[in-house]
Amino acid sequence: MTTGILLQIAQTLAAILLAPLLMGWVNQCRAWLQGRSAPPISQPYRTLRKLFQKDAVIAHNASPLFRFAPYMVFACMALAAGIVPTIANDLPFSPAADAIALVGVFALARVFLALAAMDIGTSFGSLGARREMLVAFLAEPALLMVFFTASLISQSTELPVIVQTLAHKEFVIYPSMAFAAVAFWMISVAENARIPVDNPTTHLELTMIHEAMILEYSARHLALIEWAVALKLFTYSALGIALFLPWGIAPQGDLSALPLAVLVLLLKMLLGGTVLSFMEAISAKVRLFRAPEFLGTAFLLGVLGMLIHFLLEV
Amino acid sequence: MTPFDMIPLQWAWGIVLYWLLLGGASLLARHVSGLVTDLIFPLSALGALVMALVGGSALILPVSHFILPIGLPDLPFHLRLDALSGFFLLLLGSAAFGVTVYAMGYFRSMADDQVGLLALWFNLFLAGMALVLLADDAYAFMVAWEVMALSSYFLVTTDHQIPDIRRAGFLYLLIAHVGAVSLLLCFGVLQGGHGAYTFDYMRLAEMTPFWASVAFLLALFGFGAKAGLVPMHVWLPEAHPAAPSPVSALMSGIMLKTAIYGLLRITFDLLNLQIGWWGTLALGLGLLTALYGVIFAAVQSDMKRLLAWSSIENIGIIVAAFGLTLIFYTDGKGGLAALSMTALLYHALNHAFFKSLLFIGTGSVLHATHERRMGHLGGLMRYMPWTAWLTLVGALAIAGLPPLNGFISEWLLLQAFLLTPGLSQPYLNMVIPVAAAAVALAAALAAYVMVKFFGIIFLGQPRDPALHQAREASWPERLGMLWLAAGCVLLGLLPVQVTAALAPVVRLLTGQTLVNDGSWLVLAPVSAERASYAPLIFFAVVAVVLLLTFVWVRKVYHGRIRRADPWDCGYLEQDARMQDTAEGFGQPIRQIFEAFMRVERERPDPFDRKPRYSSASLDQIWFVLYEPIARLASWVSDKVGRLQHGRIQWYLIYSFATLIFLLVFVTR
Repeated sequence: MTTGILLQIAQTLAAILLAPLLMGWVNQCRAWLQGRSAPPISQPYRTLRKLFQKDAVIAHNASPLFRFAPYMVFACMALAAGIVPTIANDLPFSPAADAIALVGVFALARVFLALAAMDIGTSFGSLGARREMLVAFLAEPALLMVFFTASLISQSTELPVIVQTLAHKEFVIYPSMAFAAVAFWMISVAENARIPVDNPTTHLELTMIHEAMILEYSARHLALIEWAVALKLFTYSALGIALFLPWGIAPQGDLSALPLAVLVLLLKMLLGGTVLSFMEAISAKVRLFRAPEFLGTAFLLGVLGMLIHFLLEV
Repeated sequence: MTPFDMIPLQWAWGIVLYWLLLGGASLLARHVSGLVTDLIFPLSALGALVMALVGGSALILPVSHFILPIGLPDLPFHLRLDALSGFFLLLLGSAAFGVTVYAMGYFRSMADDQVGLLALWFNLFLAGMALVLLADDAYAFMVAWEVMALSSYFLVTTDHQIPDIRRAGFLYLLIAHVGAVSLLLCFGVLQGGHGAYTFDYMRLAEMTPFWASVAFLLALFGFGAKAGLVPMHVWLPEAHPAAPSPVSALMSGIMLKTAIYGLLRITFDLLNLQIGWWGTLALGLGLLTALYGVIFAAVQSDMKRLLAWSSIENIGIIVAAFGLTLIFYTDGKGGLAALSMTALLYHALNHAFFKSLLFIGTGSVLHATHERRMGHLGGLMRYMPWTAWLTLVGALAIAGLPPLNGFISEWLLLQAFLLTPGLSQPYLNMVIPVAAAAVALAAALAAYVMVKFFGIIFLGQPRDPALHQAREASWPERLGMLWLAAGCVLLGLLPVQVTAALAPVVRLLTGQTLVNDGSWLVLAPVSAERASYAPLIFFAVVAVVLLLTFVWVRKVYHGRIRRADPWDCGYLEQDARMQDTAEGFGQPIRQIFEAFMRVERERPDPFDRKPRYSSASLDQIWFVLYEPIARLASWVSDKVGRLQHGRIQWYLIYSFATLIFLLVFVTR
């Protein structure tokens, strides 16, 4: 139990500390693919440090909710990073929240960010909040469908149990999981504000979604949000790995497998980041009202995955 | 039965009587200024609190009966208190307590004469709802049902000087009575031919599947009309906004649940056979209602109308859970039926708390600003922080976010969907994933609706200069909201205890209970391997991380803040009109789901000096279903009207013809 708790805390801390690294890697890859000279991989850490040191500039009419939201978003993402098995499967906190609750955590963070965006009362803030909720209302059920497919196979919504089941049936190929994997990819792209749904580097009012929401934030609040964004990307990558490439995660009570697990995780993350930046480089951002179609496709694929599970695998 | 067992029932009946007396007293009290709000409402609230305790005690005590020698000769009122009635009395008492405490402050500004009359109907309404839950024969049930419907009609039409409100009240009364007729017919079928209308006899009646189905469909129609099931929902978005806010809270939070009570009572208690396709039908109707309700909630621009549509959505989710329970129950999966029944009851209780909270929250906004259109509100969080933060609790809860209560019932329901493999009918196995997807979609859209609701009203800049004068709600109002918000938080944090308390009701209806495989901290329906959720740990982790981050940022860096104007993108001025309006925020949803709506746009002329643009998204069902019926009714009455000539000889001939016809008919 004690090792479990230590492992849990270690895993959460590792996720928090490593998340900007993944972000830095993705940015680096993208710069290379676009033929630019890349910033160093540690650039996100430097940005965070710079932001934390600055004085926060806040609008006159900002309410306490505006200042509270970054902390809330960060705490939610930390919790999410804690319950997704990344290196070990022996997580004593995981009974606190299963896959459905994980979707709830993401939703909680999103709602707080959207409300904070509307707090100042600028045109961009409410525009961002509206668009973010538009993306979310399709992405969230689609994510649930992906989890449902996985949990129908493993007869559980507990993430460690899902990982355990999927990792130990390596010779079975689930057609339903193939649909779920495609759906999950599309959802992660949308939820992490990447191309083709959103562009993390733009500040053009016609296209921005996430950036429009956080336009009023500065200094430590912005730093926390940026960090939470990196953490979200990390958690989604970890989720994708846990659901679709679960091999290598240390099983319960096996501490000797840990070093290997860390190594495997780093490799998978590097690979995932490369693929993400490659996909971003070859696709163009879609029009805002194409985004629901994109996400509707993801939702449909998720539902199809579930139906196929009932048709072929029961 | 020992006399001790009778105590809860006698208390419950006593409180019904107490409310009736208070209603009468308020007619006298209206002559003394302030007496109704300062004395009658607190006393009613006290009654509600006792009623909640009585209901809670009935969950554990045995069933008790009681025959009340009033009513017609040979037709006394039968009363009965079992776990099901007890649960709904608990719901009624605990939610009504908050609302009534709130009403103390809310109605203080009303004229004494008017508030006295209102208090009469208010207390009658409470008494009527409680009596519906206690009734044990069709006669008492229908009398109570009518008391409830009529008193709420008078409450809805409190501001009867306004034609729109009279129209809303009429629509409500009409649909309530169409529903009531259907219920009368349903009881007629249920008595099974031996003419005894007590529920005890109905339980014994042997039914053929055909007649049982007829009874079920009549009950679904009748109670569906009361609960706001699509397509009988049209009265709800009209009547709820028309009523004063505490009344809207009672109607939405509690009265809709009496219809759910009736549906459960008839389907699982009075009918002694259930058929699988009933469940499929209810599931389909429930999901349709949930999606329809939430889509329309997203495009509303009147805050109370938005909440009314959101009530339709929640009723849809409850009825979907009801359908799922029926499917499991008829398929012999008792454990799963217990799971989805727990989700149903939990959601009913949750909805009573958060919807009442949101409605009275809008009441305070209405009081402070005299404005219901969201396009004229905004920024109220700075002027009314209590109302804003407490409403935020309700909004997060209804959006189904952890660790509040709305999440738990949706979580339980989704778990029930996930456990379906192994149903004996293959087509159900295919339907149910799609149903789960629809529930997930409705829940996600609810979050959209609530961001819109809270963001437009309380956040941003005031869209009207008059809003700078908005005052915070009075103390009784705040206390009422605080009670309901505390309920939302506690129901969210203590699911293990709540599901354990629901167990007697679930056992009464489905014959099994939900087994919690976790501890007092961890809710694990079915088994801990399958699924578990521990909101207290969840809450603690978030709180600890939040605090640690806060302290770390302050210690390692600093907490300096500079205030400045918001960034204006280089424009000359940035004013409140540049924010999203309610219509603007709902526009994406309108664009995606326009097929369900009839959108009426008013576009300005290019030469307009003061251009105005407006659009309204209207309910398509009204035009497709109700207008033809209304036209038909008016055409038929036109034709019938020709019989009326105003000449006495014609009327004499009519009477004569009727007499002849009846004589022939009777003697034949």
